[in-house]
Amino acid sequence: MKFPQLFASGAALGAVYALVGLGFVVIYRATGVINFAQAGMVVLGAFLVYGATTTLDLSFWLALLVAMGLGALLGIVLERVVLRRMIGRPVYAVILVTVGLLLLVEPVVTTIWENPATNIETPWGLGKVTIGSVNILQVDVATVVIAGTVLGAFFAFFRYTKYGVAMRATAIDQEAALAQGINVQRIVALSWAIAGVVAVLAGTMLGSGAGPATGLGVGIGIISLKALPAVVLGGLDSPLGAVVGGLLIGITEVLMAGYQNDVLPFLPDGFAAVMPWVVMLIVLLVRPYGLFGTRDVRRI
Amino acid sequence: MAGATRGMVRRYAQDLRMVPSWRARGFLVALFALYLWLPFQLDDFWASVLTLAGITAIGALGLNMLTGYTGQPSLGTAAFIGLGAFTASYLGRPEDFGGLEWPFLAYLAVAIVLGAVVGFVVGVPALRLRGNYLIIATLGLVFVALYVFKSWEEVTGGNSGVPMPLEVNLLGLDFANLDIFGETLGRNQSLFFLVWAFVALTALLCKNVVRTRAGRALQAVRDRDVAAEVVGVSLFRTKVGAFVLSSAIASAAGVFYGIWIQYLVPDDQSLGLNLSIQYLAIIIVGGIGTIYGPILGALLVGAMPALIDEFAGQLPLVSESATESGISKPALKALLYAVLIIVFLVTEPNGLGGIWRRIRDYFASWPLSR
Repeated sequence: MKFPQLFASGAALGAVYALVGLGFVVIYRATGVINFAQAGMVVLGAFLVYGATTTLDLSFWLALLVAMGLGALLGIVLERVVLRRMIGRPVYAVILVTVGLLLLVEPVVTTIWENPATNIETPWGLGKVTIGSVNILQVDVATVVIAGTVLGAFFAFFRYTKYGVAMRATAIDQEAALAQGINVQRIVALSWAIAGVVAVLAGTMLGSGAGPATGLGVGIGIISLKALPAVVLGGLDSPLGAVVGGLLIGITEVLMAGYQNDVLPFLPDGFAAVMPWVVMLIVLLVRPYGLFGTRDVRRI
Repeated sequence: MAGATRGMVRRYAQDLRMVPSWRARGFLVALFALYLWLPFQLDDFWASVLTLAGITAIGALGLNMLTGYTGQPSLGTAAFIGLGAFTASYLGRPEDFGGLEWPFLAYLAVAIVLGAVVGFVVGVPALRLRGNYLIIATLGLVFVALYVFKSWEEVTGGNSGVPMPLEVNLLGLDFANLDIFGETLGRNQSLFFLVWAFVALTALLCKNVVRTRAGRALQAVRDRDVAAEVVGVSLFRTKVGAFVLSSAIASAAGVFYGIWIQYLVPDDQSLGLNLSIQYLAIIIVGGIGTIYGPILGALLVGAMPALIDEFAGQLPLVSESATESGISKPALKALLYAVLIIVFLVTEPNGLGGIWRRIRDYFASWPLSR
């Protein structure tokens, strides 16, 4: 009865990848750059929730809400203070600034929270759901449900609201969007806020032990970076691609960890952890813009 | 008249000139004198710091050919550093440690060739990738390479790493323990001689590529690749060539890194994403698309952690270890490093080279300067 447990754990990890990936995609569509600081926001988000539940003694849901608000605010501030100054500069320069922001997170977090607990306290804790002879971690179920709800809400937002339409228009052509009276600056700020919110959520899930995670710690930054292959798999500018790619990568990664000795016995241990990157490299060999990404047309 | 047009290039021959002015020639002579004099003055700590900075400068010069001159950003440098280091280790370490005990030049040459070959293998598929996708693909390369290093225990020692007691004999001189000008130097001071000679050699190679036909092709591809192709530059040759060159140089830097560090463990700390980021940061902090930029950047970024180690204890609020209150040294190091990257990129896109050019221009046109 290994399979259902692995599948649940994989689905939880995939849901986290999907959340982080959505953050990558939203910012990529608004600014044309991959925001590595997203992984830092995941770490920071987890610790904000942890800090709010322990130091401020808030209930989990209230702490999550406060942290999501702070995450959104931080996203907007970062864009306004740092990234806006980088407009018009080469892609690698902008990306390196976001990498610099990512590097800031670890020393700050380890200095403020010197000896954190191993997990964030959640209402469901580390209990298990038992169906027949199958045990599934409650945290995995909660992750899939919460991530599904939030992702559903965002897709409805993209599809049906005025701001959602404005975001899609801005992603296609900023100047044309401006000409239609869309406040592009506000849309960019909104994109960063959304990225902040999903990052905090993903961090909380990872920090409370979802998937095969290590629990609360700066190591979840590296885990959430694996949302990048997931996003590339789907195409950098496709939100649906991020979700599909995230689930696909998460589930196959965990299944690979469980079954590697049966499927690929000739490979050394630990292949599952790099499998997302290998899959991504293979996909890029065949389709340089991902599975659902748009090819960019270039002029001379 | 000469004064007014000093900075202006009027003839092609002028553009080809390696050292543009008498002043620059004098500067190079002074640098050479410094190179001969310095190792005799340095204590072990500073010799070690400057040697590492030199090794980093070699790798950064290589990456600069790819990113600065060809416009292909790469986060894959760490993979090639590791490739060079472990190739050197396997070929050069004594048979007691499971190596082949080859001499210095032999393992260096093989590491460089291997770096070039792997660079070719990576460069061909990378032709189709641009910008963001290229960065993520090269990032993937680092994780895959790390997995290979960890798994190939025969060569790399796996999780426990491998010692690298390599011999460094060249031209009859033992660069692990140099006996020169009637004095015997320590290991770090001897390596300083070897490493900085290679920095000069690499800089010369890069300068020669940049100022000739091949280098102009690289820069044309960087500025607009489609237009470059239209005027007859082969994208395949140029981009793949840049990958091959930069990987070969990075692999050579890896060899020296292995010699310097003496014991290498393949993990996220030593050969992970952070190392790649460091190289990209160096060329940007130093001044991208220049020859002296990577060397300046390597001196600043390479020396910074050592400086913090040395002097941070005297600052308030800094604790020796993570268990005491206040910010720990490693955290402070990481913090300053991140702040350095962000501040430089946001406020000074041309790096140290740009700052230097502004100062020079200010005094060149004084008293009319603003």
